[in-house]
Amino acid sequence: MSIRHGLLALLDEGPKYGYQLRQEFERATGATWPLNVGQVYTTLTRLERDGLVRGEGSDESGRVGYALTDEGRTELHRWFATPISRETRPRDELAIKLALATTVPGVDVTAIVQGQRTSTLRTLRELTRLKKAAAEDDLPWLLVLDSMIFQAEAEVRWLDHCESRLARSSRSTAPARPSAENRPADDHTATDHEGVRR
Amino acid sequence: MTPHAGPVLELREVSRVHGQGETAVHALRGLSLAVTTGELVAVMGPSGSGKSTLLHLAGGLDSPTVGEVLVEGQDLGTLSKAAVAGLRRRSIGYVFQDFNLIPALTAVENVALPLELDGVPSRRARKEATQALAEVGVKELAGRFPDDMSGGQQQRVAIARALVGDRRLVLADEPTGALDSETGEAVMRLLRARIDAGAAGLLVTHEARHAGWADRIVFLRDGRAVDDTGYASDAESLLEESR
Repeated sequence: MSIRHGLLALLDEGPKYGYQLRQEFERATGATWPLNVGQVYTTLTRLERDGLVRGEGSDESGRVGYALTDEGRTELHRWFATPISRETRPRDELAIKLALATTVPGVDVTAIVQGQRTSTLRTLRELTRLKKAAAEDDLPWLLVLDSMIFQAEAEVRWLDHCESRLARSSRSTAPARPSAENRPADDHTATDHEGVRR
Repeated sequence: MTPHAGPVLELREVSRVHGQGETAVHALRGLSLAVTTGELVAVMGPSGSGKSTLLHLAGGLDSPTVGEVLVEGQDLGTLSKAAVAGLRRRSIGYVFQDFNLIPALTAVENVALPLELDGVPSRRARKEATQALAEVGVKELAGRFPDDMSGGQQQRVAIARALVGDRRLVLADEPTGALDSETGEAVMRLLRARIDAGAAGLLVTHEARHAGWADRIVFLRDGRAVDDTGYASDAESLLEESR
């Protein structure tokens, strides 16, 4: 997603000033995506260059209004009609961290999973508080909150799944060893290596 | 009854072992937990982690092998069976996944039932039940039978039943399990509101989304609390500050 499409969507209602666009963008996304004025004006300049918006001249205090062009409206609807690809999203640092942790000797992967889950559950609790406090008719904010809540929930489920998988893997590959913490480092590597190779 | 000042529910170093020797199953291992008025504590964990055992112990349906369970300051282990049964009737309400309303009784009769079983005169029981239904926003369903209500409506009635009269402890076992996600959220919102209004709640759920309504989330694995969010502090509310 880009700020571009966000601004095009806001301009669909009618012409607006830059500072107005910034305020409305933040209101619609529940301040989860703070923009600075510079980003808004840079984006508007590029949109104007690409013919998607046009400047409408300035008012008495020098503020420039912008309006959507027909091309801009077409681009906006194309964006709404196109599903967001998961592939274009940033790589998941947590998944990479866990994957690497299983290959590094002496790292307690279960502790990483538990620490992350506690942290994500706290986030979930905070998000739920915000939802409790949100106005019932603030639909844009509620949708953004729900999205964050469902993503946090999915992460907790995945972490729980990882934990079970780790427990099973250590049981099946290291039956005689008393506990993960007491394992010698080289044995630990061997176990994890086997787990990764599969 | 004068409300007890300390935690409504308290578990002190509670362990529960089923069986003996080699085949012994440690359902809970040294768990401590306290829930005071206005608080909701959620317990999560995979199946077999000890969640159900915890609810049974908190509800006086089972006794710990080691440790103490206190409801409104009374150690259940020191009470007679009859006294525990009385405490369960008067102090503890239950909300289950499948609502557990009695099909042959109307909503108001279902809510009045625990009071009547406890010897409250019928007229008064009915009046308190009507009030409890109003508090969960379904006063108009008073004369309806469970079969003529949606799942969300039945769960609202069940919450009214759990907190009718002087009941101040609600034990909820997957209360949203049978509901679609939006109805489930409405039920959690209601449960939260009723607890805020002066009850203590212990919620068992496998859905983190619903556990998010709690003040504290405890994650059980193999009978131990492996994660614990603790209580929310103001310093944590970073998101709130950005609003």
